[in-house]
Amino acid sequence: MSTQRPETETETESAETDAEAAEGTPKERRLDEKRRRAEERERKRVEEAERVAADAERYHLKVFRYDPEVAGKQEPRFDDFHVPYETGMTVLDALIYARDEFDASLTFRHSCRQAICGSDALFINGRQRLGCQTQLSDLDQPVRIEPLPHQEVVKDLVVDMEHFYDQMESVEPYFQTTDRPDGELEEQRQSRENREKIKTSTRCIWCGACMSSCNIAAGDNEYLGPAAINKAYRFAMDEREGEEMKQRRLEIVEEEHGVWRCQTQFSCTEVCPKDIPLTEHIQELKREAVKSNLKFW
Amino acid sequence: MYEYDVIVVGAGGAGLRAAIAAQEAGADVAMVTKLHPVRSHTGAAEGGINAALREGDDWELHAYDTMKGADYLADAPAAEALTQESPEEVIQLEHWGMAFSRDDDGRVSQRPFGGLSFPRTTYAGAETGHHLLHTLYEQVVKRGIDVFDEWYVLNLAVSDEERPEDRTCHGVVAYETATGNVEAFTARDGVILATGGLGQVYDHTTNAVANTGDGVAMAYRAGVPAEDMEMIQFHPTTLPSTGVLISEGVRGEGGILYNDEGERFMFEHGYAKNDGELASRDVVSRAELTEVNEGRGIEDEYVHLDMRHLGEERILDRLENILHLAEDFEGVDGLEEPMPVKPGQHYAMGGIETDEFGRTCVDGLYAVGECACASVHGSNRLGGNALPELIVFGKRAGRHAGGEDLGDPRIPVGRTGEVEPGDVETPVELGEPWGAAAVADGGAAAEAAEAVVERTLERERERIDRLLERDEGTQHADIRAAVQRTMTENVNVFREESALKEALVDIHAARQRYRDVYVADPSSTYNTDLIQTIETRNLLDIAEMITVGALAREEFRGAHWRKQYQERRDDEWLKHTMVSWSDGSPELWYKPVVLEGEAGAYEPKERSY
Ligand SMILES: Cc1cc2nc3c(=O)[nH]c(=O)nc-3n(C[C@H](O)[C@H](O)[C@H](O)COP(=O)(O)OP(=O)(O)OC[C@H]3O[C@@H](n4cnc5c(N)ncnc54)[C@H](O)[C@@H]3O)c2cc1C
Ligand code: SF4
Ligand code: FES
Repeated sequence: MSTQRPETETETESAETDAEAAEGTPKERRLDEKRRRAEERERKRVEEAERVAADAERYHLKVFRYDPEVAGKQEPRFDDFHVPYETGMTVLDALIYARDEFDASLTFRHSCRQAICGSDALFINGRQRLGCQTQLSDLDQPVRIEPLPHQEVVKDLVVDMEHFYDQMESVEPYFQTTDRPDGELEEQRQSRENREKIKTSTRCIWCGACMSSCNIAAGDNEYLGPAAINKAYRFAMDEREGEEMKQRRLEIVEEEHGVWRCQTQFSCTEVCPKDIPLTEHIQELKREAVKSNLKFW
Repeated sequence: MYEYDVIVVGAGGAGLRAAIAAQEAGADVAMVTKLHPVRSHTGAAEGGINAALREGDDWELHAYDTMKGADYLADAPAAEALTQESPEEVIQLEHWGMAFSRDDDGRVSQRPFGGLSFPRTTYAGAETGHHLLHTLYEQVVKRGIDVFDEWYVLNLAVSDEERPEDRTCHGVVAYETATGNVEAFTARDGVILATGGLGQVYDHTTNAVANTGDGVAMAYRAGVPAEDMEMIQFHPTTLPSTGVLISEGVRGEGGILYNDEGERFMFEHGYAKNDGELASRDVVSRAELTEVNEGRGIEDEYVHLDMRHLGEERILDRLENILHLAEDFEGVDGLEEPMPVKPGQHYAMGGIETDEFGRTCVDGLYAVGECACASVHGSNRLGGNALPELIVFGKRAGRHAGGEDLGDPRIPVGRTGEVEPGDVETPVELGEPWGAAAVADGGAAAEAAEAVVERTLERERERIDRLLERDEGTQHADIRAAVQRTMTENVNVFREESALKEALVDIHAARQRYRDVYVADPSSTYNTDLIQTIETRNLLDIAEMITVGALAREEFRGAHWRKQYQERRDDEWLKHTMVSWSDGSPELWYKPVVLEGEAGAYEPKERSY
């Protein structure tokens, strides 16, 4: 038998008279208070609805549209949407509203709504941001929403991410060590300091914002780019991989289209939604590369 | 047509682990997934992963906690497999480089979690799932396993025998989002479904927009029973405006819940006199809603979760991500203010019926992860027990599909002799059935695998054409919103008979409207309108299964609270709710819980925290 038995009769009969209510039990008084607040909220809601209807509080979005398949959309253009505003509304919420209420063909990637899946990096009012992490109220109107620059547009706000993925995968983005602990249930020890050192680098969600903001990457298609270099940093600096592997990783990032291309413009660091100090990581790898060269030459 | 030994559908933690295991067993593997792997919802998991790693703890204790947490609706062989194998699996992740939080001696840290008798939740900050997902994906990249990302699986290619137990799954048919191509994938040895959760049947959920229960719906229509679908976990600490989760890790580290009167209600109002905030999730969720219903909620909607007293250093070390979530999604600074929280849909404890190797009753069809029900969570999952489930059962299913002999299963699947007769009355009139047209197979019984796959391919191509050609009707967004609304109102934490019936009426109305559904976007390039229309079809089946199961289960067990039935009734209800597809309508039947394990029998006891 279970012991948890919540009160079932939560909605008790409303008190007959005010006098009774005033003398009622604390619970009754609270319920009265609750009803009062409910009425107040309802009044506010109606007011709010009237206000929205008057269109005063609609957010104006200008959204980039393009579809190679549909005659009317083959020529890129911007569409206007006017979305009713609610407190806390994000750009992603506004896009979903526009799609569900006005135009079902409006296309964009999204999934988690909590800045972890990395699929809704967009160019919003001239800056790379995650739609789900960006409050409408922080933006000037009209809000311009475009696909990530420097990537091929597939349709509307969806860009081709293949190149980004290829770059990520070219740095051997997986843990490699020959030095395994003996016991099967023994972990490889890692100091707290070392974990702290790599912590921010492990937060990348592969959103592509940094790559899209980078002038160098825009001009040099083979440049590894900030995200891939950060991925290399994540492993190169992990003490569990050992010195030998670190050298190998430094060789990878040091190649022709690697760290030396970076001109420390900081644009990647500015846009990264996970606050990864990308430029700093790139610089540190440059320093490490120089150091290790000194060691060997 | 693509041909592989093993096809894994879905690339979250469960799918990735299954693919690695199948490949290690020698199979040629491909993953087919509607999102790129790193976009899977496993990345959102925060709090941690349970494993008995340390002295003073062992798998038997973990198994005991799991069975008790489940309110004895879990199957012991599955719970024991989970607890026996999670230590080696967690250490395996560590060996693959996962960035766990560390103790001073360099070993991985563990923390307390609700319902655990030992602090055995291993974690990586408050972003454990992110690290787990990326670590597993890295191993898939390393092994060069083929990944078809942004391919939406439309249906399973299953042979058409009379009894589901005689059917075989030969592959899947999928839609390439970028191009609109519909293609078949033949699986010589097995298809592993790892499609994740179904939270999108509710409108207040911690789940991603992609969590639409596709795998459960597809398997169900192919004849595989769904198990314990009414058992939906509501998480007590989600942000009120978005449903974004505030990890149980906050309470694990010592976070406190307060009501509007500043009372620490878990203790002061006697909901859990021993464990307080760390009672199991069902208990805390009900406590919060009771506070709100009795007028002690804040803004009549939520309660406060306070972690300020933990101190900035500890918060930054272990819960930093929570600060970002509260700030970004609720505008609250967790270092300065308490965070508003309320219960939200979080996890599906039921799912596709499988044995402890992930096998379903259809030959060659496996299911793992949140879409599956090997039955480790019963009617209440313990926090931190889903992530080990992904890797333990992912590995088992992968190995089995890849050809390894794992012995005889102890959990029966399908309608075997041991099962109770299937003459349960479905509690309400279910309206017009979908009819055979919606079934996965149908058509003439085909012997050859290719013929089965070909036929499924043809049918799916026709389905897509039909949806695209129709140019007026109802849009999926309206139907989806109606289902989400009624589920949230009527099939939530507190459940009443009349409300459940009302939900069924609404679901049927939605189902009726779906007959007229049309896709407004005519494009074959990245047509998300089309995909969402198909997902919505799946949500309808899911909503119906949950509600029918909830209406029939006349007792109070774990997360399943019923107004009229305020007792757990072991004499009658110590059994799994099974729902089978019967010509378009759900058919209910039951099978006994397996309480006999290696560590002896788990005697149902009163559950108190
Ligand atoms: C916010 C949050 C926090 C959580 N925290 C914890 C925690 O701390 N500890 C814990 O143990 N558990 C936690 N859980 C639960 C746990 O994270 C999930 O149960 C688990 O990650 C699900 O993993 P999965 O591999 O089954 O599915 P997912 O990771 O959701 O992956 C599903 C995959 O299936 C694919 N897919 C779906 N449908 C189709 C289709 N039709 N065609 C092709 N592909 C498809 C998707 O693309 C995706 O790759 C949490 C859950 C949430 C929502
Ligand atoms: S480094 Fe930052 S901006 Fe670049 S892909 Fe990763 S999360 Fe996005
Ligand atoms: S929707 Fe996942 S990052 Fe924005």
